Amino acid sequence: MGVAQDTDALVSIQGVVKDFGGVRAVDTVDLEIRRGEFFSLLGGSGCGKTTLLRMLGGFETPTAGRILIDGQDMADVPAYRRPVNMMFQSYALFPHMSVERNVAFGLEQDRVGRAERDQRVSEALEMVQLADFGRRKPHQLSGGQRQRVALARALVKRPKLLLLDEPLAALDRKLREKTQFELANIQEKVGITFIMVTHDQEEAMTLSDRLAVMNAGRIVQVGTPGDIYEFPANRLVGEFIGTINVFEGHLDADSGMVRCAGLDLPILLEERIGTGGSRGETVAIGIRPEKMRIRKIDRASEASDVGAGTDAAPLAANALTGHIEDIAYLGDLSIFHVRLADGRKVQVSRTNITRRRDEPLTWEDAVAVDWDAAAPVVLHQ
Amino acid sequence: MKPSGNAGDADAATDSAGLATRGRTLGILIPTIWLLLFFAIPFLFVVKISLSEAAYSVPPVSDLLVWQDGWPVLQATWANFALVLTDSLYVQALYGALRIALIATALTLLIGYPMAYGIARAEPGMRSLLLLLVILPFWTSFLIRVYAWSTLLQDQGMINNALIWLGIVEEPVRMLNTEFAVLLGIVYSYLPFMILPLYATLERLDGTLLEASADLGARPFTTFWRVTLPLSLPGVAAGCLLVFIPAAGEFVIPELLGGPDTLMIGKILWQEFFNNRDWPVASALATILLLLLIGPILLLDRTQSKAESA
Repeated sequence: MGVAQDTDALVSIQGVVKDFGGVRAVDTVDLEIRRGEFFSLLGGSGCGKTTLLRMLGGFETPTAGRILIDGQDMADVPAYRRPVNMMFQSYALFPHMSVERNVAFGLEQDRVGRAERDQRVSEALEMVQLADFGRRKPHQLSGGQRQRVALARALVKRPKLLLLDEPLAALDRKLREKTQFELANIQEKVGITFIMVTHDQEEAMTLSDRLAVMNAGRIVQVGTPGDIYEFPANRLVGEFIGTINVFEGHLDADSGMVRCAGLDLPILLEERIGTGGSRGETVAIGIRPEKMRIRKIDRASEASDVGAGTDAAPLAANALTGHIEDIAYLGDLSIFHVRLADGRKVQVSRTNITRRRDEPLTWEDAVAVDWDAAAPVVLHQ
Repeated sequence: MKPSGNAGDADAATDSAGLATRGRTLGILIPTIWLLLFFAIPFLFVVKISLSEAAYSVPPVSDLLVWQDGWPVLQATWANFALVLTDSLYVQALYGALRIALIATALTLLIGYPMAYGIARAEPGMRSLLLLLVILPFWTSFLIRVYAWSTLLQDQGMINNALIWLGIVEEPVRMLNTEFAVLLGIVYSYLPFMILPLYATLERLDGTLLEASADLGARPFTTFWRVTLPLSLPGVAAGCLLVFIPAAGEFVIPELLGGPDTLMIGKILWQEFFNNRDWPVASALATILLLLLIGPILLLDRTQSKAESA
């Protein structure tokens, strides 16, 4: 045995590897997914997330490793006998069958009696608000309706686990947002464990209880959306999920100060998370744009306003100066691209909490940017 | 200025719409003219001959229009059709042709479907090689290929010799000049016409539908029966027609491989035309065969337009 079993785990993936003709698509993945959880596999294209999902569904065989679903080894269980259903990215609705027949198909395979079958089909169609569409053929439905038929068809068998392959990718933006909430509500209602594959970080953050970020066939980090956003395990995760400003510098273990080339002031870390602590170690520090404050400074007093050892010296660390190179006004947010003296760029975002006609900050303004000591996070390479 | 601008836009729109309609009309016109020149007009000649009487003349038919007192008089006769539809020789030949064509089509489907399925599921590189092998026999003349079967099937042929050598039979099995030989010849000759349209539909079949079926709990056979087969029906229909129609009118295969008791309409037609020089009866036979084959063609048209709308 060796691997400690999480009693709550519905799915246990143990050292799973998948090679496609010499190319390693999935590289030694270990993952436990809890019962009733909405779990997402997030990553760019070709990161192995879909292959991992297809191995759970039984459409690919792992080259090495084990997959347990509800404690049962899936190695010799073909797709048609797994307690798992999948919602395909293309929906894969049978074009020659009506919506009803599509949804009933899985129940017919289980030899569910006619009365119960009809009952469950109409319940499933009602759940996805398609009660009146049972007699239509898939080609007579809109994209959003097809997506819901696919969901009803996958859920009607009440699987232990539902796999969703990019379930919202084919929908337009507005519909996608609406459907996200529907999907979350349905998952809560039916209480089935969902595993979703997506490349859309916003979708993963909105829907998931926990998510795994994948890259090059490996899992880089697993955690709640909050964990992953606030404490990215490394630079890749930080940059994949949201935007992050990265500074490299030497850590002084005693003071928790990081001196970075090109910054006048050091970065002070509140928590020295996971750093080895040896003096002079090179570390990468990440700071999210929304955790930075921006204010205008006088160009004349620039030198005295910020800079080491000034009179009042309210800021001995965690600040920088530069000038605004670009402003992206998004309505709710404004994003400022600040060019530092050494040419590097920093992104600062600001929530537009007051309504004003004239933006006091404009292009070429000299600005000071600062942040709290809790804002920076150490990124492992 | 706006209204006139709008008017200009509208003109442009009708212009381009008109152009599109004209293009479409032209697109329909070309096949229409083709069919008119090479099918409808020759067929009208056949119908005309079928309504005439046999005569000792060149061509050996009477004229349909006869001038009497300066007026044209139609001298059409239904006698040829009446003969063809009442004489047991012709009725049996028609029935025999349809029966043999039907059995041969069913056999071709049974053999061709697994082959087409196998090719469609093969590796892409392998697929073109397999397709090439399917088409390869076409590089040899049809006549030679059918004739080759007669040497294989004869009493002293390779097959009988092998069977005797293996001790399976003691005396040669009569195979040549039987209905079996005719069926074998048709299945062998027309198999590619079944495989190619079947391959085309099976190759286009979305693999995720099969995965979805398995995912919903269907065993491989159920998946085939409920998903693969229904979705390949247009290919089945096309393949069946491509085999059935020429097989029903087949002349060479029953002539070379069949016996004297193998009555097929193609052979009778040939005899009427070339041996008896009775063009009107031959034309009546051809007309009736065509009318009999229109039914299945319309059926195919129906299934295909249905498949396209789905």
